[in-house]
Amino acid sequence: MADDDGGSRRDFLYIATGAVAGVGTLAAVWPLIDQMNPSKDVLALATTEVDLSSIEEGQSVTVMWRGKPVFIRARTPQEIDEARATPLDQLKDPQSDQDRVVKDPWLVMVGVCTHLGCVPVGDDGDYDGWYCPCHGSHYDTSGRIRKGPAPENLPIPEYVFLDDTTIRIG
Amino acid sequence: MSNASLGTRVVRWIDYRMPIFTLLDHAVGSGYPTPKNLSYWWNFGSLAGLVLVIQIATGIVLAMHYTPHVDMAFASVERIMRDVNFGWLIRYVHANGASAFFVVVYIHIFRGLYYGSYREPRELLWIIGVIILLCMMATAFMGYVLPWGQMSFWGATVITNLFSAVPLVGDAIVSWLWGGFSVDNPTLQRFYSLHYLLPFVIVGLVVLHIWALHRFGSNNPLGIDTKGDKDTIPFHPYYTVKDLFGMGVFFIIFFAFVFYAPNYLGHPDNYIPADPLVTPAHIVPEWYFLPFYAILRSITFDVLFIPAKLMGVILMFASILVLLILPWLDRSPVRSAKFRPIYKQVFWLLLVVTVILGIVGAKTPSDPVFADKCPVAEVTEEEAAAIARGEMEEKKPPFCFQYVHLGQIGTAYYFLHFLVLIPLLGRFEKTRPLPPSISEPVLGGGTAAGAAVTREKA
Ligand code: HEM
Ligand code: FES
Repeated sequence: MADDDGGSRRDFLYIATGAVAGVGTLAAVWPLIDQMNPSKDVLALATTEVDLSSIEEGQSVTVMWRGKPVFIRARTPQEIDEARATPLDQLKDPQSDQDRVVKDPWLVMVGVCTHLGCVPVGDDGDYDGWYCPCHGSHYDTSGRIRKGPAPENLPIPEYVFLDDTTIRIG
Repeated sequence: MSNASLGTRVVRWIDYRMPIFTLLDHAVGSGYPTPKNLSYWWNFGSLAGLVLVIQIATGIVLAMHYTPHVDMAFASVERIMRDVNFGWLIRYVHANGASAFFVVVYIHIFRGLYYGSYREPRELLWIIGVIILLCMMATAFMGYVLPWGQMSFWGATVITNLFSAVPLVGDAIVSWLWGGFSVDNPTLQRFYSLHYLLPFVIVGLVVLHIWALHRFGSNNPLGIDTKGDKDTIPFHPYYTVKDLFGMGVFFIIFFAFVFYAPNYLGHPDNYIPADPLVTPAHIVPEWYFLPFYAILRSITFDVLFIPAKLMGVILMFASILVLLILPWLDRSPVRSAKFRPIYKQVFWLLLVVTVILGIVGAKTPSDPVFADKCPVAEVTEEEAAAIARGEMEEKKPPFCFQYVHLGQIGTAYYFLHFLVLIPLLGRFEKTRPLPPSISEPVLGGGTAAGAAVTREKA
C-alpha cells in the first residue's frame, strides 16, 4: 500500500509538471500565432467616407474600403422595380431588396464575390446586375446571387448617411 | 600507410575524429549496395535534389534584390529583369526551376506508384515524400505571389478564400492568413518570409527521406527484395555516373526552356501589376496545380449536409492526402506493376485521368467540351415576361457536355482508383509469377525467371 501511495504521489507530480509545461507552451505560442491577425493600424483604417453627389442615375463607382472594392450604384427606377418584383422563393439566399438598401436609389455593397473573392463586373450577367468571371456567378440588380457557385448575396457593409450626399462606410 | 598521399591522410585524420567520409560513403559511395537492375526511372530522385539546390541558390540571390512591399515588389522584379547583372537569367532559372521541380517530382511519384515503392517496408519513406510534396506546393504558391502581378494577387485571393469554406471559423482563418481584410501588404510580407523558410524545411525532410531510404535501400523494377551481393552493385561509381548522365540530359531540356521559352509555362497577366479592383477574366493557377484546381471546381452541388464549396476544398486536399494511406489500401502480394496485369492498365488510366483533369483545370468550367458553344434555351417574349413576374419556372437549356462535367467524371474516377480499385485488385488480381531473385532473370536462372524475361521482351 505504501508503494502505491508513493506511486500516486509521483503520478501527481508528473501530471502537475506536464500541465504547467502545457499551459506555458500555449502561452508562449499564442503571441506567435496572434501576431498574424490584423494589426492595430490595419484595423484603424477601417472606415471610409464617400461623397455621392457626383454619381448620376445609372452610374456606379467603386471605392476602396479595407483593401476591398465597394460598389456604390445610383440605381435606375427599372432596376429597383426589377429587384423588388422578384419573388423571394426564387432566391438562393433569400433577402428582400428593401433589406439591402438604406436610402433609394443607393445600393452600397462589398464588391467581392462570395464564392472565392473575385471582383464581379457591373452591368453584366443574366440578371442585369453583376457577373463574376472567375467561376461564373450571376448577381441581380440588388446584388443577390441568382446563378453559379457563389453561396451568398454580395454583402452589405455597415454604413451611415452623414448628410444627404455623404456616407461613411465601416 | 606512410606513402599514402597528403589528401588521403587529411581525410583519414578527419574521419577518425568525425566519420563524415564514412557516412558519405555509406550514403552515396561504394559502401552503399544498390540493386543492379535500376532503370532510368530511378534518376528522378537525384534530379529533384538537384533542382532543390538550384532553387535555393537562385532564390537567395533573388532575395538580395527583391523588395517585399506592395508598392515596390513588381518594380523590384522588373529591375531584376532589366538592370541587375544576369538578373534575367537568375529569375528565369528560378521561375522555370519551380516547374522543373514539379515535372521531376511528379515523375518520381508515378514511378513509385508503378513499381509499388510505397509498399512495406517503405511506407514511412513514402509518407515523408508526400509531406515534401505538400511543402513544395505551399512554397511554390507563395513564391508565385511575390512578383505581385495580377495572377499573383488573384491566385492568392482565390486560394486563401478557400479556407472561408471551413464551418464557423472560416472567416477568422482567412483574415488571420491575410493579416487584414484582403490580400495586402501584410500578406505579401508573411508569404515572403515563409517562402524563404519552407525550402529549408524541405531540405530537412529530404534528409529524413534519404535516411528512411537507406534503411532498406531502393526498390527496383522487379519489386522484389535484393538477396545478397549477387543482386547489388555499389552506388559509386555505377549510379553516381548514371545520375550525372541524367543531370546532363535534364540540363539540356531545362535550359532549352530557360533560354528559348522562358515564359512558356507562365501566364502573361502576371506581367500586369496587381490591381485589387480588377479581376482578370480568366484566373488560372500554375500548370502544376491544375488537376487539383479541377477537382476543387468540379463539386458544384451540396453533398448531404456539406455545402458544395466546402466539399470541393475537402476533395482537393483529399486527393493528395489519400496518398498517405495508399500503403494500407494496396494489399497485393506483389509490388511491381510488371507482374500485375490489371493494375498496370489501371495505372495508365489514372495517369491519363490526371492529365485530363489538368486540362479541365485550365478551361472555363461552363465551356462545352465538344461543341463551339452550348445551345441556350429558346424563350419567347411572353415566356420571358412570365418568368420575370415569377409565374413560370426558368427554362432549362438542352443538356450540353461541359468541362465541369468532364471534371466531375475525372474526379470520381480519381477517387475510385484509390479507394475502390486498389483494394479490390489487391485481393482479386491474379498476379504473374515472380522471379526468385534479381540476378536470375538476368543470368537466365529458374523457369519462372525465364518466363519473366520473355514477357518483358514481348
Ligand atoms: C522549394 C524551392 C522553391 C520553389 C519551388 C520556389 C518557387 C518560386 C516561384 C514559383 C516563384 C515565382 C517566380 C516568378 O513567376 O517570378 C518564386 C519567386 C521568388 N523566390 Fe522562390 N522558390 C523556391 C525557393 C526559394 C528560396 C530558398 C528563396 C530565398 C532564399 C526564394 C526566393 C524567391 C524570391 C525573392 C522570389 C521573387 C522574385 C521572382 O518572382 O522571381 N525561393 N519562387
Ligand atoms: S469567385 Fe466569383 S464565381 Fe468564383
